Amino acid sequence: MDGPPYRVLVVDDEADFLETLVRRLERRQVEAVGVPGGREALAALAERPFDVVVLDVRMPGMDGLDVLKAIKTRWPLVEVILLTGHASVESGLQGMQLGAFDYVMKPCKLTDLLPKIELAYERKCLREKASR
Amino acid sequence: MPVRPWRRAALVPCWIEAMEDKYGNLRLKLLASMLSFSLVPLFIVGLSLYHQFDRAYTTKVQENLRALVEDRRHALDLFFEERISQLYTVAHTHSFDALCSPTTLEHVFDLMQRRSKYYVDIGVIDQKGDHVAYAGPYALKGVNYRDAEWFQSVLLHGIYVSDVFLGVRQYPHFIIAVLRREGDRYWILRATINTDLFESMVKAAQAGEYGDAFLVNEKNLLQTSSRFVGRPMEVPPIPAQPRFNGSRVMSLDIGQRTMLVGAVWLRNVPWMLVVMEDPQEEFLPVLQTRSLALILLAAGVAVVVLGAVFVVNLMIGQLQEADRQKALLDADLMQTSKMAALGRLAAGIAHEINNPLAVIQEKAGWIQDLLEEEDVQKSENFKEFEAAVTKIQQHVDRARTVTHRLLGFARRMEPVQHPVNMNKLVEETLTFLENEARHRNIEITKELQDNLPDVLSDGAQIQQVLLNVVNNAIDAVEKDGRVHIKTSYDKDLHHVLVEISDTGPGIPSDVLDKIFDPFFTTKKLGSGTGLGLSICHSIMTKLGGRIEARNGPQGGAVFVLAIPLQHQASVG
Repeated sequence: MDGPPYRVLVVDDEADFLETLVRRLERRQVEAVGVPGGREALAALAERPFDVVVLDVRMPGMDGLDVLKAIKTRWPLVEVILLTGHASVESGLQGMQLGAFDYVMKPCKLTDLLPKIELAYERKCLREKASR
Repeated sequence: MPVRPWRRAALVPCWIEAMEDKYGNLRLKLLASMLSFSLVPLFIVGLSLYHQFDRAYTTKVQENLRALVEDRRHALDLFFEERISQLYTVAHTHSFDALCSPTTLEHVFDLMQRRSKYYVDIGVIDQKGDHVAYAGPYALKGVNYRDAEWFQSVLLHGIYVSDVFLGVRQYPHFIIAVLRREGDRYWILRATINTDLFESMVKAAQAGEYGDAFLVNEKNLLQTSSRFVGRPMEVPPIPAQPRFNGSRVMSLDIGQRTMLVGAVWLRNVPWMLVVMEDPQEEFLPVLQTRSLALILLAAGVAVVVLGAVFVVNLMIGQLQEADRQKALLDADLMQTSKMAALGRLAAGIAHEINNPLAVIQEKAGWIQDLLEEEDVQKSENFKEFEAAVTKIQQHVDRARTVTHRLLGFARRMEPVQHPVNMNKLVEETLTFLENEARHRNIEITKELQDNLPDVLSDGAQIQQVLLNVVNNAIDAVEKDGRVHIKTSYDKDLHHVLVEISDTGPGIPSDVLDKIFDPFFTTKKLGSGTGLGLSICHSIMTKLGGRIEARNGPQGGAVFVLAIPLQHQASVG
């Protein structure tokens, strides 16, 4: 997809996963930043705007679903894609109800994840236009 | 891969045996307590009533005997009284001289005999003891009695009755003698009486087949002949009784039988009347009552026993049914909690593995990204790198399939209804078991019908049943065999059928109808819980389907799962 680069925030407690995913996204002309936890994510969002957040559901400290709630309250236009190690339908459904754009099961291929990020960004643009 | 224990070693329906034993014990205990509570009062009532009747009747029989003995005594006393009076009258109405004349004595004797034939003879003895006159059939005139014991006794007492003796005639008789004082001289009138003449009076008291009546003297010698205890002058087998007043009734052992004996002493002679009765005869009504009571008691006992057995069987039957229901419920509950625990474990493991897998995937992806760069592509090992990374990706995919399947298996919720493709479900289930089968050299063959319609059901639960049945089939085959799985569609019943057949030993026909019972197992004691098939049965029933077992035409067991396209009852 062409156009202005959009900004993606990746939140995962697994440092190796985080670092590699960020690098691969950057390589695909996506401006990506990685943070290792929920609090850091909220701090990063407060610092500068992001378009899409890729959020791990299960993390030590602040739980992914709580982070999702906080993001949706403070930045309702930011789209969130949940990453889950569980195939549990409940947490996926719960996340969708809380306003997540989609959920993806780990381990996932970047070729599956990237289209979802793009779709999320598209929706964000549409909603921004609508809210104007 | 650890070697599995040999599991179909013995065909032991262990649950059935253990339960039968338990119910047998309970049955015995119930029967014993019911019988003792009902039979003991029955026996107490029966025995006490019989005892009471027996005692009353015994008293009555004894009273009867006492009355009889006293009546006879009275008659005999009267007899002796009359005989003595008769002689006394003769002696005191005739003078010595008058009686000494043979014609007068003959005349008197004739008169006495005219009314009664008791007397044998009559004689007059003077004070020297000489037999001076005699009337009778024997030549006894002139015999001197001065030294005879009775002569002295008459002189002393005035009246004398002798004991019975045989005498010269060898015929039992006794004498009565009366003393007459006439001025300064005295003489004796003496008469002989045959015992047989008054024996009939004694015998009148004897009754029944074993009854007896006789007289004994003070020396306990028989005075009359008896039926069973001897002839006159013999000693009867009864203890000597010193003279007593009134009458006595006692039980004595005579020979082989116990006799009821009534005894009374006569007033005018020192003889005792003895009457013996056979209690067997007298107590016949009591014995009849006893037989009747015994028959009634036996009938009562039979009724009580039958009733107790009936009631206990009814109770045990209901208990067995309740236990069976409870076992099914328990088994269901146990299975549910077991599955929940297993689900949590599987989910935890899958989650923990998914995270490193994600890292591996990303790292491999990164390498792939880097391999796209120009200078790396010039490297002589570029193709090798690329192939290796692709392989890593492939195997991460493979591992992911496994963990996602684990999570799918763990996802056991309330019965849900999803479209399930049974062919896919079979394929998926078999991937769990293929390794196990391969290790045991068991071939799993599939015959899946194309265009099989989806069923609207709970795939996870059906998968569990399928897993259980196929696992059983593999266990039954043990080694080197084949498990065949066939899917088909029954158009009439709208059921999808899954048929699992094996080349194992099959199911013995006597347990075929029990294999879906909870706790029934053919596996060696301790190696199987026996829950598998009963759970399968309850799951299939819950889903509106069924599970059936039979033996195949070529041997081996055949299990058929039938799943309805749609289960009406569970909707809504």
